This record gives sequence, C-alpha cells and structure tokens, in this order.
Amino acid sequence: MNDLLLTNLETVPGRRIIEHYGLVSGSTVRAKNVGRDIAASLKNLVGGELKGYTELLAEARNEAVLRMNAQAAAMGANAVVNVRFSTSSVAQGAAELYVYGTAVRVE
Amino acid sequence: MDTTTTQGQLDLAFVLLFYALPLVGLVVFGGVGIITERRHYASIRQREQTGRRIPMVPVRTHDPDQVVVESRLVSASVVISLDYFKRFLASLRNIFGGRVRSYETLMDRARREVILRLQAQCPNADMVLNFRLETSSIANTRGKKGAGGVEVLAYGTMVRFAAPGTTPPPLH
Repeated sequence: MNDLLLTNLETVPGRRIIEHYGLVSGSTVRAKNVGRDIAASLKNLVGGELKGYTELLAEARNEAVLRMNAQAAAMGANAVVNVRFSTSSVAQGAAELYVYGTAVRVE
Repeated sequence: MDTTTTQGQLDLAFVLLFYALPLVGLVVFGGVGIITERRHYASIRQREQTGRRIPMVPVRTHDPDQVVVESRLVSASVVISLDYFKRFLASLRNIFGGRVRSYETLMDRARREVILRLQAQCPNADMVLNFRLETSSIANTRGKKGAGGVEVLAYGTMVRFAAPGTTPPPLH
C-alpha cells in the first residue's frame, strides 16, 4: 500500500503507463483539539510557527493519502498520477484535507 | 475618608487593568514577536545560503534525454501566525487601507520556510517538477475575531537522474 508511486505529474517519469483505473481520492476532516488550541492561542500572541497545527495538518494529510492509496491498491494500481491536495474549512475549527489523483498501472 | 481612598485605588486598578494591561501586552508580545521574526529570518537566510539549491520548476516535463532513476511526490507545510502587536497594526491598516507590511513578511517567511523544508526532504533530487505552493487560512482560534494563522503547503515531484552514460534502471 505504501510502495505506490505518487506523482503530481501526468506521467511517472521514466515509466510507461499501461493501464488507467480512474479517479481515486482520500479525505479526512480534522478538528483542532483543545490542548493544541490553547497552546496555539498562546503562541498566537507572540507569533511564529504554530508547530502543533503544522503537525496536526501533516498527520491528517498523510491519513488522506493513505486512504487514497488503499483505494488505488484495491483497484490493482501501482501508481497514482496527477495527485492534488486541497484544504477547505467545513465548520468552525475543523478542516477537511482532500487528496485525489488518477490510479494507473505502470511498467 | 478611608472609604474614598479605597474607592480611588479601585478606580485606578480598574483603569490600569483595562487600559494599561493591553498596552503592556502590545509592547511585550510585540517585542517577543519581533525577536522571533528576526531569528526566523536569520535562520532562513543561513539555510538558504548553506543548503544545496535544487531547481524547483512549475513545468511538468524534463529533458527526455535524461534517464530518471527515482521519482516521488514530496510535500512540506508550515502553519505560522502573527504576533499580537502586528495583528493590531494590521487592524489599523484595515481602517485606512494600503500595504499591510506585517502580513507581507509573514507570507514571505512561510513560503521561504516551506521551500527550505521541501528541499530538506529530497537532498539527492536533481529537480522538483510541477512545483506548487498553496495557501490556506487555518487557525481561527477565537472565532471570526482571531486573525489566526496561515498554512502554506508546497509539493512537487522530485526526480533524480542517472549519471550520463549509464544504462536505464530495470523497470518492475
């Protein structure tokens, strides 16, 4: 599942696509937890990187990618091309991280 | 007479609490914010000079004569926010309009930081193709009032080329 080749190009450099399986996607909705929120609001006073949020979003994005990979692997793909990330806030304090791409089989 | 002095002290305490405290906050947090920003810039400049420069291009193709031995998706992100004082300055700017310099430096820091992180993730890459930068406002900690922070995400496809003259790697 993790050895899928991911790329945000239309092709996998150096490899030939032999089969297309169509769109695969993964998403996750995350809310900020209270502890992190308090720490972040304190950090907000002095500015700088909000590390808690950076980690939270990176974890969530990984999760979305894993879900997309599982979908692609189930189809028999060994690569996902044209991968795109998108973020949208669905509610106050919650964000949806969405990742999508085209599942393919390469040589 | 004793009660009036207590009353006067209370009034003074009240005035201090409601007017002086936010001012002290502005000075203290603003000061820390300025130091944080300077340190961050110093670190960014230092890493930009010492780090290996990998070309990051928004194009999707590479030289077809080059043999690709490795390619994968790489991404990096950062969430960064303004300090209390700069946010106050920005809110003043909202009244008169014009350049909001404090937000300009914030975005600049975030983008440069994220590029450095992306480069750190693929130290042996020859090129990053289809490089993208995305920004989203993320941390509204106090509802609509809090200016919060921004998240900058950078991603692209790293490619590594074979040394000239070598044969292509076996495909599986």
